[in-house]
This record gives sequence, structure tokens and C-alpha cells, in this order.
Amino acid sequence: MKGRIATTIVVGALIFFAGYAALFLAPDEKTMHVIQRIFYFHVPSWIAMFIAFSIVFIANIAYLATRKSNWDCLGVSAAEVGVVCCTIGLATGPLWARPVWGIWWTWDARLTTTFILWLLYISYLLLRGLLDDPEKKATLSAVFGIFAFLDVPLVYVSNRLWRTQHPQPVILGGNGSGLDPTMGKVLLLCVIAVIGVMIIVLFDRYRLERLRHEFEELRLEVETRDLTPASILGKEST
Amino acid sequence: MTTTRAAAILLAKELRLEFRTRELLSATIVFSLVIVVLFSFAFDPTAAESRRYGPGLLWIAFLFAGSLMLNPSFAREQSNDTLDALRMAPISPFAILSAKMLANFIFMSLVELVLVPVFGVLYNVSLSGVAGRLILVLVLGTIGLTVTGTVFSAISSHARMRELLLPLLLLPILTPLLIAAVEATASLLVDQPELDRTWVALLAGFDIVFLTASWLLCDYLIEE
Repeated sequence: MKGRIATTIVVGALIFFAGYAALFLAPDEKTMHVIQRIFYFHVPSWIAMFIAFSIVFIANIAYLATRKSNWDCLGVSAAEVGVVCCTIGLATGPLWARPVWGIWWTWDARLTTTFILWLLYISYLLLRGLLDDPEKKATLSAVFGIFAFLDVPLVYVSNRLWRTQHPQPVILGGNGSGLDPTMGKVLLLCVIAVIGVMIIVLFDRYRLERLRHEFEELRLEVETRDLTPASILGKEST
Repeated sequence: MTTTRAAAILLAKELRLEFRTRELLSATIVFSLVIVVLFSFAFDPTAAESRRYGPGLLWIAFLFAGSLMLNPSFAREQSNDTLDALRMAPISPFAILSAKMLANFIFMSLVELVLVPVFGVLYNVSLSGVAGRLILVLVLGTIGLTVTGTVFSAISSHARMRELLLPLLLLPILTPLLIAAVEATASLLVDQPELDRTWVALLAGFDIVFLTASWLLCDYLIEE
């Protein structure tokens, strides 16, 4: 418990400082000015989403291989956290695009891929809600999760061939990419801070899911027990 | 019994079941015709526009019709618990799944066989010169649709609101297939038709990825 409070405080301080750095320490961008600063949270949320959805994929495979309910709990927790990160990315993108591109949305490869990704993982969560049997829920949603993850590269390639407008990455573009060194540092700080928040939320969500699972098992156990007065009294006398 | 032989017997059973009543096929064909007709009212396209939007319309009609038609594939095994009986038979689960995939592929091809000529006539699109290449695109697209659709039909048959759930699961997954199939079909409907190989390769890739995945995962789908 103490460890959790300590990490929460550290990550809280980190995200606070990251916000400060993104708003005040990073240099002003030449053409886009202040609106460019949204990028310090836009990019990290995508990275966090990618990590979360990869965890879903690993958890799905691990569940099918081992049949341990922990993996199923991890899968659903990571999917929920990933959808939140994806929503942040999808919300901050248009806010930036409206003044810079002049439009809120365009059917570009990256944008479309993430939108489809968002839909896929929301269907994953919906599917879980509509399956009643816990065993079936875990197995079938794991199969769907694997199919969804396999679809991502195909969606990306097809959209890439179709059309693309998103700015090319400048972060790892080498010396000539035009990224100010301070900008790079601030971005790195933001990435670490956002991933830290993602992991804390994921961890808490996972604990909650474990408790739910345990509660469900206990409830089933109580339901199947014979609780008529005669059986209880009978047990006491023996 | 080998998997191939078991699958062949089960396929015969699926076909016999459907051709006794033909209710699934006739309903799906009429449904896809309704979409094609409604499109004309909604957009009132000129000859040039129908060539431009035709491929998209055609594939949207197939995808919607498919996502409805694939629903009973596993759901109709449930009323008499016949899937349990199949599971108890000494055959591999992939035989059960692949028989259903093949049956759905045949049903969907029959729907397309009716719809494509009707589409050509209603929207004045000449298809005779490109029939062979068009069939290749249709076959590759239909394989992708029925493979993923049959797997998801097995998933959704256990869920509540399964009629609504199947399209919800299926249609987003099929986005790459839709883009590739529409673009490949569009490359055949222009003045100098030449099949765009990139899109055909993408369609084939989609089919291979999901056919392999369903082969690997079918034990979990069919199990009790």
C-alpha cells in the first residue's frame, strides 16, 4: 500500500512537471506557435495506447495458453485503459488539426487506423458485456482480441496505400528533421509521465478486476451451497 | 475419419439443410437487392457517378448482407444443442468450422451471382469484358468475408443481442477488405480496365492471415 502511494505521488509530480514543461519550457514552434504544444500530450497518449493494446494481445494469447483468469483480468483492464488513451489521442488530434490543417478530420492512414482501432476495442469491451458465462467470456473475447490485433497492420497498410496526409514523424528523423533539442527532451518527459499514469491506472483497474472475479467466485460458491436450516444444524451435531 | 472427409460430410449437411427451405438465401438476396435499389433513390447517380460509386455500393451491399446472413450459421445449431453432438464426434474442430466456412462461401457466392448482373443492368455498367478478373476479386473478397464472419458467428452465438453484435464485431475488422475489394473492383470498371495487383495482393493477404488465425484458434471456438 505504501509503495502504491509513493509511486502515485512520484507519477503525479512527473505529470504535473511534464504539463509545466510542455506549456512553458519547450520553445515556441516557428509556424504553429502555441497550438503545437498539444503535441506533447498527443504523441505520448498514442504511445501509451500502443503499449496498452499490445498488453491486451499478449494477455489474450497467454489466457488461451494457460487458462488462468489473471490474464483475462489483465486483458480487459488494458483494453479499457487503451481505449481511454485512444480517446485522448482522437480528441487532441482534431483540436490541433482545425487551426493547422483547416479541417477537424481527414480520412488519412493514421487517423483512420486509430479510429478503426478505437471501434475494434470498444467492440471487444461490448462483446465482454454481452457474454454471460465467465469462462466463455474470457475465451471468446480472447479470440476476438487476437483477431482485432492481427487486423491492425492490415488496416494501416490498406489506408496507407489509399491516402495519407498526416505529418511524417520528425522525432527520430535524424539531424535534419528540424526538431529543437529542448522539444525532444520535453517530449521524452511527457512520454514517460503519460506512460507512468497509464501503468498506475492499469494496475488499479487490474486489482479491481481481480476483486470482482474473486467476488463472483465466492458468490457462485455460496449459491451452490445447501443453506437450509436442517443441513446447517445437521452439520453442527456431527 | 480424416478432417477433409469429415468436413465434406458436414458441408453436405449444411447445404442440404439450406436447400430444403432456401429461406436464408432468398432473404439475403432480397435484402442485398433492397440496398442496391435504395442507393439509387438516396443518391440518384448519373452514368458516370454510378461507375464511380458502383464498386463501393456493391461491396457495402455484400458486407451488410453477409453480416446478416452469417448469423444463423452457429445460432441455428443452438435450438437443439446440435453443436454439442458435433463436438462429441471424433473429428477435429477445424472440420466443423471449415465446413461452415465453405457452406457460407457457397451461399455468399450465390448471392453475388444474382446481385452482380442485376447491378450491371440497373446502373449501366458493362461487366462482360472483365468477368474473369472480376470473379477473382469477388472470390478473394468473399473468402475473407466468410472466414472472419463464420468465426465471429461462433463467438456471437453465445452472446445476448447476437443479431446486433455480429455486424458490430465484423464490419470494423473488414475495413481493409472493403478498401482493397472496392479499389480492385474500381480498377476494372474504368475505360481501360486493368486489374490493380496491389489490392489483389492485399485481399489475398487478408484471407491468408485470418484463415491461419482461425485454423490456430478453432479449438477454443468450438470447445464446450
